[in-house]
Amino acid sequence: MNELIFFVNKGLVGGLVIGSIYALGAVGVTLIFGILRFAHFAHGDVMTAGAFFAYALAALLTAFGFSAPLPLAILLLPVVMAATAVFAIGIDRVFYEPLRARGARPVVLVMASIGVTLMLQGLIRLIGGTGARDMYLNAPKAIYRIPTGFRDIVITQPQVILIALTIASVVALHLFLTRSRLGKAMRAVSDNPDLARVTGISLKTVTKATWIIGGSLAALAGTMLAMDVTLKPDLAYNILLPIFAATILGGIGQPYGAVAGGYLVGLSETLAVFNFSVLLRPLQPILPASWEIPANLSFVPTEYRLVVPFFILVVVLIYRPTGIFKGRVF
Amino acid sequence: MSLISLSQVEAGYGGASILNGVDLELNAGEIGVIVGPNGAGKSTMLKAMFGLVKISQGTVIFDGEDITNLAPENLSRRGIAFVPQENNVFRTLTVHENLEMGAYVRRDDYSALLDRVYDIFPPLKAKRNQPAGELSGGQRQMVAVGRALMIEPRLILLDEPTAGLSPLFMSEIFDRILAINATGVTVAMVEQNARQALAIAHKGFVLAQGRNRFTDSGSALLADPEVAKSFLGG
Repeated sequence: MNELIFFVNKGLVGGLVIGSIYALGAVGVTLIFGILRFAHFAHGDVMTAGAFFAYALAALLTAFGFSAPLPLAILLLPVVMAATAVFAIGIDRVFYEPLRARGARPVVLVMASIGVTLMLQGLIRLIGGTGARDMYLNAPKAIYRIPTGFRDIVITQPQVILIALTIASVVALHLFLTRSRLGKAMRAVSDNPDLARVTGISLKTVTKATWIIGGSLAALAGTMLAMDVTLKPDLAYNILLPIFAATILGGIGQPYGAVAGGYLVGLSETLAVFNFSVLLRPLQPILPASWEIPANLSFVPTEYRLVVPFFILVVVLIYRPTGIFKGRVF
Repeated sequence: MSLISLSQVEAGYGGASILNGVDLELNAGEIGVIVGPNGAGKSTMLKAMFGLVKISQGTVIFDGEDITNLAPENLSRRGIAFVPQENNVFRTLTVHENLEMGAYVRRDDYSALLDRVYDIFPPLKAKRNQPAGELSGGQRQMVAVGRALMIEPRLILLDEPTAGLSPLFMSEIFDRILAINATGVTVAMVEQNARQALAIAHKGFVLAQGRNRFTDSGSALLADPEVAKSFLGG
């Protein structure tokens, strides 16, 4: 039983946490792909930028003597999400919109977004330095221990908040896309841009809504990721590959697919590096003496964790390029 | 006074000229049918009316105003609706959502209009919550025309509304077009099935190589032996 709870703590909670981050990132990537038709490689850095906004605002308020029972970065989330949404719209205005206006092909926008990535990384290091920072300025990271009679289930406050906010965001996004006029218009543009145009749907409004959703969800993911680990300049750039794997696994242009893909990639990553010998060890007494359970029984060594999403990406692209939810194929 | 008139319109894609000075004139409440061989510029003529092709020469007048080269969203607001030939529904949206998107530019309550569209196309009512991509070709065409009706257009432009449909569905669509026209909507359509289309047309326009070859009432064109020989397959 203790071993099972160890599995829950290490495998399941870890998978759900990183899966939520991937899901939030992949929803933005998939919406941008569906509506603006290009892979936004700078999305990871929009996440990092969001986390830095959260840090900077929290530091500013702490310097002015504000304090609260919760970490300020969490309380400031609505402001940070709004700021990052504006930031994302700004990036679009300055870099992508002029290209679209000149009829640039999607691959040109992809290249531009790689340029934006490099630039943002440089800017973040220039302003914030290269070191790692602690997001807990006013309150420590709270750790909850849920007693089970055996070993405790351990989960931290940012992990609980992250999972709860991810679920809330997905529900809100679902309601927005299926109930509101603008949400339906976003689906219409993603489905058939030419028909959307002759129907009189404003591409400007839809584009703006896309960046608002993508930017704010990226800020949520980035801030919570930084609170789960630490704030580093390459915080989210490193998880760009799993986010794209989640997007493609879910089906490009499919927001629900992106959520499913995020959790699938997150869980498979965590389970692939989980040491299953821990679960098998209790069986040792009933096994013949010659069957020694090895000390390490994980599918992939921890340091090669990144091959898991890469492997998923390759397999999906070969055998089911439309992904789970029948997305687009380019 | 005419509702829409094109005079000496020249247009094309990227320098290649497809329309070489065409004329068209329709009065309010009329059905105008554009026929002609492949490549005559029929579809281009509709697209030019809806601002989807750049007009290099000539003018388009709608209800007394010059609308030459205005953007489509501008034209929807003036009461012109366009139904493309292909990919004319949002496949992943439900039938109902497709109709709602047709009313995207409206800010008023259009529920009575939705009911009217369902009355014109009864099969759609039963399938209102089904994705439009799952419907049969004929029903998809109904969704496409229904979507266009949601702006309560004064002029509806139909690009081959019966393309790819079985003869049964074809007559059904022509019946619906007559019903829509009976409510006062002016119709301009391009058709491959020239005989059937001219039979319901007040005016027919026979195009060839981007120019008007014959223009007359639908019945007169059908009766004209020369038109019949060259354009209606004998």
